[in-house]
Amino acid sequence: MSKIKTSNNQEEVKAVSKKKRSPWVEVWRRLRQNKSAMFGLAIIGLLVFCAIFADLIAPYGIDDQDLRARFITPSRDYLFGTDNFGRDILSRIIYGSRVSLQVGFIAVGISALTGGALGAIAGFYGGRLDNVIMRFVDILLAIPGILLAISIVSALGPGLQNVMIAVGIGSIPSYARIVRASVLSLRDQEFVEAAKAVGANDFRIISKHIIPNSMAPIIVQATLGVAGAILSAAGLSFIGLGIQPPTPEWGSMLSSGRQYLRDYWHIATFPGLAIMITIFALNLLGDGLRDALDPRLKS
Amino acid sequence: MKDNKNLLEIKDLSIHYITDDGTVRAVEEMNLEIGVGETLGLVGETGAGKTTTALGIMNLVPNPPGKIIGGEIVFEGEDLVKKSQSELRKIRGNKISMIFQDPMTSLNPVMTVGDQIAEVVKLHQNVNAAEATERAMEMLEKVGIPGTRHKDFPHQFSGGMRQRVVIAIALACNPTLLIADEPTTALDVTIQAQVLDLMRNLKHEFNTSMIMITHDLGVVAEVCDKVAIMYAGNVIEYTDVKRLYTSPKHPYTIGLFGSIPDIESDESRLKPIKGLMPDPTNIPSGCPFHPRCPKAMDICSQRKPKNTEVEPGHFVKCLLFENTEK
Repeated sequence: MSKIKTSNNQEEVKAVSKKKRSPWVEVWRRLRQNKSAMFGLAIIGLLVFCAIFADLIAPYGIDDQDLRARFITPSRDYLFGTDNFGRDILSRIIYGSRVSLQVGFIAVGISALTGGALGAIAGFYGGRLDNVIMRFVDILLAIPGILLAISIVSALGPGLQNVMIAVGIGSIPSYARIVRASVLSLRDQEFVEAAKAVGANDFRIISKHIIPNSMAPIIVQATLGVAGAILSAAGLSFIGLGIQPPTPEWGSMLSSGRQYLRDYWHIATFPGLAIMITIFALNLLGDGLRDALDPRLKS
Repeated sequence: MKDNKNLLEIKDLSIHYITDDGTVRAVEEMNLEIGVGETLGLVGETGAGKTTTALGIMNLVPNPPGKIIGGEIVFEGEDLVKKSQSELRKIRGNKISMIFQDPMTSLNPVMTVGDQIAEVVKLHQNVNAAEATERAMEMLEKVGIPGTRHKDFPHQFSGGMRQRVVIAIALACNPTLLIADEPTTALDVTIQAQVLDLMRNLKHEFNTSMIMITHDLGVVAEVCDKVAIMYAGNVIEYTDVKRLYTSPKHPYTIGLFGSIPDIESDESRLKPIKGLMPDPTNIPSGCPFHPRCPKAMDICSQRKPKNTEVEPGHFVKCLLFENTEK
């Protein structure tokens, strides 16, 4: 008996040492094979790089006005041209990535944390608590997202921080629902029962056993959510409720370029392209992550 | 503690599931006792209330719909039914551990096995992370897995090895009582034998008492000291292993033995017990087994049989034996 066991073990050790990977390493390996996801990741990496080193990269300052150089179309000095105050659009887009990424990630952080916690509690305890939480979430869901964000910003006043809060609250429902659904399916799994049987308390079971197992859909939703949040923030700025000038923000740049659209196309086009490419890259990455995290596609 | 002292005594325990479709009497007036170092087999068909009994002892019956209606579970002199959840958490995994049926699902897929063993140790013993990990590696070695594999994830182990990991988790805090809920059902036969051997050896090493839930009478013969046969929530026969195999009394127990194929006799068909388990929400009146019982009498459908001691230490719940009572 013991002989059989040891030889078995040795074989298994050998077989396993070749592919000793944690699940996340495995996900990364699969993600790397997805070209469009890696393309998205590269663009996002570039963007993050721009945001961090904006001071070094940007050829001009954010509000360096040169009134002699107004409305210059893209040229060698001003790659993306200048706007109605003679400010370099490229520099403003580079600085604007700071604002957009900040809004995107922090707003998603707010909604994923609150939504996730609400969903986890609702799913785990069920019953009346579940009902109360999910009806509250349903109320949030019933209000159109942009309308909710507008009313929150007009109540709190415009500004970067309030935009992040407004956009964050608007997407709480989707996280609450996703987390609740996966908690519901995990709650009755045997390993959760086993965790109860070793004397773990509810907080430990939720944080150590349930949340790590429901990470996959949350990550996918969060990646796509960053795109949505950037878009919402740009939308708010476009209608004048978001980040206030002169802070460069893609949405408000788009908005101010609107009035010169007929004669000077470049003022609105480049901020719009920046928004579009960012959203596109985040969506590519999100789709790739969804495929990489889907256990059914495991090769 | 003296050897003859009972570690666990279950007295008149009743557990019901109250659902919209009616009340399921999953466990009814159960009486059992287990001494230190003893192994009790709990045998019965699917739905007989074996797992509910186990969860009842841990006080983990899902509530709602499950509820402990009455009775006592006395463990080391204290009634577990009356304890608060936080008191129970100190006992679970520490004094009473449970091994679940399916090792494929009873381990957390995104946690390393070492962390999962260390978790129990950290919950119940005052140790730091390094000591807990060391203990986890030690336990892995004990169940025949190299301790260096503590950083591996459950999906990197085979079924039999995962069940050994589960056993390592269950025994990490030296519990006095181990509840094994069909620990070998999900494994193939050769691995079953290995796991049973391992459990038996570790049980002796730690002097742990064990409740072995199974529907395999072969497993019972191999590891148990005492056996309780369950049918539709009732313990219908309760005695030591030897007496059960030599002189089973209850018609259901006799039927169970009759449905095991005998290698030596040349038979072409099994002899199953006729009929099916009754619908748990609609258990027949009187003795729940009477519609299938070959020896049913008129009175069987009218009155519930009492627990009768036919000989010292051999209890049967059957009206056939109530009259022979002294």
